Amino acid sequence: MNPHLRASGSAYFLTKDTSEIERHTLSVLVDNEPGILARIAGLFSARGFNIDSLTVSETEHEKGLSRITVVTVASPKVLSQIKLQLERLIPVHKVHDLTAEGKALERELALVKVAGAGENRVETLRLAEAFRAQVVDASTESFVFEITGKPSKIEQFISLMVPLGLVEVVRTGLVAISRGPEGM
Amino acid sequence: MAEKMTGAEIVIQALKDQGVEHIFGYPGGAVLPIYDAIFQQDKLEHILVRHEQGATHMAEGYARSTGKVGVVLVTSGPGATNAVTGLTDALLDSIPMVCLTGQVPTPLIGSDAFQECDTVGITRNCTKHNYLVKQVDELAQTIHEAFYIAASGRPGPVVIDIPKDVQFALGTYFKPTSQTDHQSYRPQTEGDLGAINEAVELMLNAQRPVFYTGGGVINAGPKASELLRELVELTGFPVTSTLMGLGAFPASDEKWLGMLGMHGTYEANLAMHDCDLMINIGARFDDRITGRIDAFSPNSTKVHVDIDPSSINKNVICDLPIIGDCEHVLEEMVRIWRTKTNAPRTDEIKPWLTKIADWKSVDCLRYEPSTDVIKPQFAIERLAEAVKDRDVYITTEVGQHQMWAAQYFPFEKPNRFMTSGGLGTMGYGLPAAVGVQVAHRDALVIDIAGEASVQMTMQEFSTAVQFRLPIKVFILNNEYMGMVRQWQELLHGSRYSQSYSQSIPDFVKLAEAMGGRGIRVEDPEKLDAAIAEMLDYDGPVLFDCRVSKQENCLPMIPSGKAHNEMILPDTADIGNIIDEKGKSLV
Repeated sequence: MNPHLRASGSAYFLTKDTSEIERHTLSVLVDNEPGILARIAGLFSARGFNIDSLTVSETEHEKGLSRITVVTVASPKVLSQIKLQLERLIPVHKVHDLTAEGKALERELALVKVAGAGENRVETLRLAEAFRAQVVDASTESFVFEITGKPSKIEQFISLMVPLGLVEVVRTGLVAISRGPEGM
Repeated sequence: MAEKMTGAEIVIQALKDQGVEHIFGYPGGAVLPIYDAIFQQDKLEHILVRHEQGATHMAEGYARSTGKVGVVLVTSGPGATNAVTGLTDALLDSIPMVCLTGQVPTPLIGSDAFQECDTVGITRNCTKHNYLVKQVDELAQTIHEAFYIAASGRPGPVVIDIPKDVQFALGTYFKPTSQTDHQSYRPQTEGDLGAINEAVELMLNAQRPVFYTGGGVINAGPKASELLRELVELTGFPVTSTLMGLGAFPASDEKWLGMLGMHGTYEANLAMHDCDLMINIGARFDDRITGRIDAFSPNSTKVHVDIDPSSINKNVICDLPIIGDCEHVLEEMVRIWRTKTNAPRTDEIKPWLTKIADWKSVDCLRYEPSTDVIKPQFAIERLAEAVKDRDVYITTEVGQHQMWAAQYFPFEKPNRFMTSGGLGTMGYGLPAAVGVQVAHRDALVIDIAGEASVQMTMQEFSTAVQFRLPIKVFILNNEYMGMVRQWQELLHGSRYSQSYSQSIPDFVKLAEAMGGRGIRVEDPEKLDAAIAEMLDYDGPVLFDCRVSKQENCLPMIPSGKAHNEMILPDTADIGNIIDEKGKSLV
């Protein structure tokens, strides 16, 4: 009885989560009401969940619904908590873990500004064509490209633009939808 | 028929239609129209508090002792921010509450106006849901929806922020519809029958079963407690409970193991550690219960009944989750059990019950009696003895006295024990007692308090005097923040940093100054007479019970240890239990 063993010396019992972390894309259907984004973002920060990417836009105007796509990185246990905690929010209709439910289509759009002259300009245009990036603005010293695709494709394009005079980039964040005939 | 009235009148009408009889609140600039509407009616009784935190705890006590939604009304800015502690407390303990807050007029929102704060922003993470109502025509439906959300599913606090211009505006009143058919909020109350069948099957084959019940049984209503008693009777299994679940099962029953967890009984914690089947009904595997997760009940199959899906697998991985309301699930368990067998399994689990009886014989709640000083445990035992034939409601503050109340006061009925479990809010008990007394005017309501906690919301004693609420504040006065002192003894080399109160008010004079009665007792021999005097007085009493100063609250599971490594009362010096290496960890 009463073995005087080692203890943590804290009022809390800490155990380390050693499971592997995974990247998952969640699709969240919500009421498009004031403060909804703060609710979602607040839940992630309050419970210590990660947000890698977050996109929000109204998708069904007549029903007042928005679709939020969240990319998060967590252990399987935390991923299940993220989904369940999101579902607890009153204005949340549905949460789908698109990664867990099979291969989803994932796309992102970026606007990429590149400045340069001479041979670099030619090379920039050649690469843009290979990546199917559209020129949406041009001046004598610069281009702005619009590129869509998987995040990896956009990242590759951006890294190629760095030595050619990359000025700045804006990205929309990821949007995703499941394959096949079923909707959310 | 829809009717036109002002926003303030809509608020009052909606509250009446929701069956509200009492509101706890404090007026201020941004809620004056609502207070004007209160003045012009006499159906709703308004309890004027001394501080908005008091209003929230009163509403919690009111709600937990009645099962109804507690209602709070406060003004904008500081009124709302003062309510935040009670809202958070209600969120963590799943207490149904609707808190109406005034707000500056809509055109001024965001301009840093006088007494403006971002109430919905501040309360977003400490409420189940919150609203800012900008259109008067949305007010009635918002209030009805708020009551539905607060009371249904896993209950919780809901804030409705109402700008002053909306309170003045003329709008349409809508009566509550019988069934709020919410688009996205649909709590699951009926447990999956297949899973319940599976649970009963496990119960029929278990060798070392234990029921681990929690606040969910109380929240599910008195019927759930009856069903729990029936199920325990049918199965013959032992039962333990969390702090929040005390009273759902009678402490006088021989199958009762006492509370479990950090300051739970030896038999309850060892039963949890050694069981082969744990049936968790309405509890959430809180860290004060589990201790070290990796050593928590290592060899058991865990069934978890909870109305909140996010409680499943949050802290402890369970084998058989059942999402549903405790009442429904218990009812099905009883029904299915009856189709399988008529006899309790007492004989089949005899070795287990014998083992439990051995643990019980350790008598983990024994303490050194004294004839010189009043032992706090003794004080609670004498109090319990004095009130045993009365309909008594107990509230507590937070700390050693709270744990002693849980250990030494036998709770026989649900809704009789009001305490701050999840958030651990010092200062909860006195206002909660006021709220309970408002709901049960003729009952005996006692706040078992500590002298440190009670000073946090002391001013509400004045509320009790004003409304003739004869609460009894039973202060176990050891001049220390006892639990802080105990942890400092355990972990910090008995360096009692800031845990001794140099200047404690004379509670007798204080009570008299506020218009109540004060009683002081220091001699164990005079304790019974003093308690009798307290109970006889027909008004609020501050009872200053001077107890031994450095008593530790035992048994205790020290940090980082498993349930079977408890400190029992025979450990003289708890300061040497945790070694240097342990102390250096966070």
